[in-house]
Amino acid sequence: MIQLAWLIPVIPLAAFAAIIFFGPKLKSNAAYVAIAAIVSSFLISAGIGYEWFFVHHAQAAANFYADWIPTGTSVLRIGFGVDSLTIMMLFVVTIVSMMVQIFSIGYMHGDPRYPRFFAYLSLFTAAMLSLIIANTILLMYISWELVGLTSYLLIGFWFEKPEAMRAAKKAFLVTRVGDVGFFLGLLLLYLNTGTVELAGIFKQVELLKIPQVHIPALGFVASIILGIMAYGLAGAVLKGTKRLPVAIFAGLAIFGAAFMLIPHGPVQMSLAAVASLLLFWGAVGKSAQFPLHVWLPDAMQGPTPVSALIHAATMVAAGVYLVARMYPLFHVDMTALNVVAVVGAFTAVFAATMGIVMNDIKQVLAYSTISQLGYMMMGLGVGGYTAGLFHLMTHAYFKANLFLGSGSVIHGTGTQDMRQMGGLYKKMPYTFWTFVIATAALAGLPGFAGFFSKDEILLAAYHWHGGKMVFYAGVAGAFLTAFYMTRLLAMTFFGEPKDKEIHAHESSKVMVIPLMVLASLSILAGYVGLPWNNIFSHYISFGHGEHEFSWAVVAMGTGAGLFGIAFASLIWIWPVFRFASLKPALGWVQTLLANKYYMDDIYDIVIIRPLMISTRAMFAFDRWVIDYVIVNGTGWITLQLSTLWAIFDRYVVDGIVNLVGELTKRGGYALRYVQTGIVQQYALILVVCVVLIGWYFVLLR
Amino acid sequence: MDSWILTLITFIPLLGAAILIFIPKERALGIKWTAVIISLIPLALSIWLWMHYDSNGVQFPQGAQFLVDLPWVNQLGVHYILGVDGVSVPMVFLTTLLVTLSLIYSLFIETRPKEYFSLFLLLETGLLGTFIALDFFLFYVFWELTLVPMYFLIGIWGGPRREYASIKFFLYTLVGSVAMLLAILAMYFNTQPHSFSMLAMADAGMDLRLGASAPLVFAALFLGFAVKVPLWPFHTWLPDAHVEAPTAGSVILAGIMLKMGTYGFIRVLLPILPQTSRQFWVPIAVLALISIIYGALVAMAQKDLKKLIAYSSVSHMGYVILGIAAAMGVSHAVTIDDRAMALNGAMLQMFNHGIITGALFLLVGVIYERAHTRDLDSFGGLGARIPIFAGLFWVACFGSLGLPGLSGFWGEFFVLRGVFAVNILITALAGIGIVVTAAYLLWTVQRVLMGTPNPKYAKMPDANAREIVALAPLMAIMVALGFWPKPIIDILNTASVAIARIFG
Repeated sequence: MIQLAWLIPVIPLAAFAAIIFFGPKLKSNAAYVAIAAIVSSFLISAGIGYEWFFVHHAQAAANFYADWIPTGTSVLRIGFGVDSLTIMMLFVVTIVSMMVQIFSIGYMHGDPRYPRFFAYLSLFTAAMLSLIIANTILLMYISWELVGLTSYLLIGFWFEKPEAMRAAKKAFLVTRVGDVGFFLGLLLLYLNTGTVELAGIFKQVELLKIPQVHIPALGFVASIILGIMAYGLAGAVLKGTKRLPVAIFAGLAIFGAAFMLIPHGPVQMSLAAVASLLLFWGAVGKSAQFPLHVWLPDAMQGPTPVSALIHAATMVAAGVYLVARMYPLFHVDMTALNVVAVVGAFTAVFAATMGIVMNDIKQVLAYSTISQLGYMMMGLGVGGYTAGLFHLMTHAYFKANLFLGSGSVIHGTGTQDMRQMGGLYKKMPYTFWTFVIATAALAGLPGFAGFFSKDEILLAAYHWHGGKMVFYAGVAGAFLTAFYMTRLLAMTFFGEPKDKEIHAHESSKVMVIPLMVLASLSILAGYVGLPWNNIFSHYISFGHGEHEFSWAVVAMGTGAGLFGIAFASLIWIWPVFRFASLKPALGWVQTLLANKYYMDDIYDIVIIRPLMISTRAMFAFDRWVIDYVIVNGTGWITLQLSTLWAIFDRYVVDGIVNLVGELTKRGGYALRYVQTGIVQQYALILVVCVVLIGWYFVLLR
Repeated sequence: MDSWILTLITFIPLLGAAILIFIPKERALGIKWTAVIISLIPLALSIWLWMHYDSNGVQFPQGAQFLVDLPWVNQLGVHYILGVDGVSVPMVFLTTLLVTLSLIYSLFIETRPKEYFSLFLLLETGLLGTFIALDFFLFYVFWELTLVPMYFLIGIWGGPRREYASIKFFLYTLVGSVAMLLAILAMYFNTQPHSFSMLAMADAGMDLRLGASAPLVFAALFLGFAVKVPLWPFHTWLPDAHVEAPTAGSVILAGIMLKMGTYGFIRVLLPILPQTSRQFWVPIAVLALISIIYGALVAMAQKDLKKLIAYSSVSHMGYVILGIAAAMGVSHAVTIDDRAMALNGAMLQMFNHGIITGALFLLVGVIYERAHTRDLDSFGGLGARIPIFAGLFWVACFGSLGLPGLSGFWGEFFVLRGVFAVNILITALAGIGIVVTAAYLLWTVQRVLMGTPNPKYAKMPDANAREIVALAPLMAIMVALGFWPKPIIDILNTASVAIARIFG
């Protein structure tokens, strides 16, 4: 059955084609076509999973190849493979996709482009599944781009809304900046190993360790980037006339300081590290890690089921999956993994802080997603291969649950603004209870899925060779996560309804049942990775075994979470601390957070505006310098020259011609006197001529 | 059939043009359909050619397939030599396909249809002859033959500034081709016995025989081809010509005529002057890189949809030249496979750009006929109003930005793969082009299809049958080759390897 794995992405692809071409005829039946396809994929995945674990006993990954493209004297192959990681991801994607599509029957009901929504979801699922079963990095890249495409299409699904269309474009472009890194990493590996097959690359990773790449002026480039960012930040924060000079001064000052502090000289890295970092840059884009995280909060403009499937559970986890899939390469030397750990830890805290101040329910969840993806990256970076992937799985279930729950809330209330909600626990009990379970899982409360996976990450971070900073960042992240999720619960479900206009109602069964399934998984998924009986790590692990279980780490992680819940409760549920009283002291923090650390403004100042200016400058250059001065100038000079020639022609050339003509005429007149008609005279002339010619030939030669 | 096929493909359109002359001009419909049906014959024959072409057979510098070699002007050593290899077969197919689709699209033309359709068929003969002729004299005749009908197509059926554009187009390319003619003569006199045969010229000694004048000859040929591509800074004829040309004229200009330039690089410069090419790969690669980034930036500044696509052609053709430069490239570790991949990429990009930009120009025509404007800021929200058009436009734009899964990706991929082997910095800089290309195309899609629907176009009809018939084959090719590019790369690959072997 394993050799049929290619059907898993192909069936949803066929559903996509069917709905696109026959959508108008299918109407609301389109959903059933799409769901039938994803159920088939799920069943095949289940069959393959059974065969893999119980027939093959998870031994020796199965790979299949076919010749694809001739490349000179060699051939590029396409293929798919199955191992435990693949199976885990297949389950996550097919289950979440199935739940989301069922939920969408209710959520998207009545939308004028209802069939197309399911077509796009099918296309997304196909691309995502093909990313998972691909065993060549080229097919991974292709699928990677295609999930990006569907993300774009679905964020911009309601493209009449200007915010949605801008968000879609932003998502595609920002992730594409990352994709260029993936692309270059792919080319680097292809060139140096001669293959795009993962197995072939991993066979040669030891070779990639030796060649050292000299990267010149890295410190200088870093200083420039820091200077530009400082310029952008100052430009974004300041107002008034002093804005530009101060911004320039800030930029120069930071550049100078960085230039003095950052060590210079060429940096040496192994080829494996360079390739890993390039691939990681792609993952930074897709998984919305700092500094390319800016697209994900905007992506919430898409329909909420899309946010659940693509921008929470699966696609954004693709970056984590990529790092995990390429782990043998990343692991060759620790440089790249250290970067992964630091970026992940930083993002985990950085995004969580923004989650605290958002008032849009989906925005909070979006920052939460970024933060949790940072957690996974951090896990992978500190050597917790199993932990990172375990968290990927549990997070997929509880975050999909949270997003679908928020979708149910939005469906029931008609708003996304939490300041208008409140008291929904009575009106939407099913949504409320499933939401609470998922929140508990996210906050890492004991017994829920997130508890087990988060602890494993913290455990790995605790034992990291690079110090304890990452671990403390993880603990801080746990605190912040619990804090903002409690705030979210309080504002949405507790208290009294704040807006009397809103008549909330519980959603229909087709929306509630997926919530229940996902809520169950938000609890159960943790139990495959119990510290004392870890089935998950038995199948999905890399290198040496996991770290010794530690009560201290559990205590700190869980304590941080409980403390976050308690603290937030005292602000928003039983208001011991009044938020208004905190405002004078912390107002600037709130401003900073509400403005998302000015990242969007910085990018606007340092990238978008210069780009737009340069496009206009280039066009002006094209029109005036190249076309007007050079081309038309050449034309003009040619014209002047031809006028000159015309004058020359008229007076000199024509003059000579006329002269000849005149001479002939005059000669004619002259000769008239010779033409007498007297034959004797002619004969005389003839004789004279003959004599002269004869004289010429005889005497002069 | 084998010895006749190329002659038939080349001259049937000419014959068709002659036939059209005898149809009275009152019978406009008859003229149009006759032209379309005639154009189907070379299309069918070119498919036959593709099927019967042996992709493992002899390739250009060694010979050619379906070779015809008859003496023509004996005193000058001019021969009637026709032949194809992996470089030309896809181009022949592309030409016959785009001409047929353009004619189908043009069925609505009411101004002087007789002249229009005969000129189009005449043009087809010129284009096909350029890709098929292997005698330089014959090549030059066909090359120049394409100028005249295109000049009239722009000058008569073009937009408001058609006269300026057509004369500019004519003069620009004429300057290039005069330079090329001088270079041809120089090579002619350095071939023993004197011959215009490209096969005779490509005997691996041309660089030596030309000696000190080799760079000069190279430069003259380069100018002739670079103007046609067009490579920065010889490109300013292109936006004017493309914008003023009638839709079908733009399709042929961008889809095929630009490829004559890059075809010249691959057919002439690489195999005949390999040593000189090596010396010049860096400046050529730099010009290509400038074309890619500059073209993309200038495209982004456009407000006229057609002009935007015209500038995007400058950018996309830059990839073709970049691939060619990489194939010439000098670096310590470049293998035959690297060069072959670069060339495969360049030729794929030629083919795909023809398909994708052809589709884009047709789509611009579709929208222009309805809105009577091409101002990007005047559309908005058409995606909800005309979904079929929107879908086609979406696919074409994503094809153009090189999205994997559509054919445009493969050209860029193999070009960059080839360049990467020679110079990593150039590849990284080309990465900027990839992002900017995505930016301006998405922005275009946004301005045309997305946003609040413009009430002015509330009654705009969707793409009609004629337009869908003209566009559907292009879309099908884009998607099919996107997932399974093997059929075309199989054809290109042996030709690339043959050229790559010259460079070692």
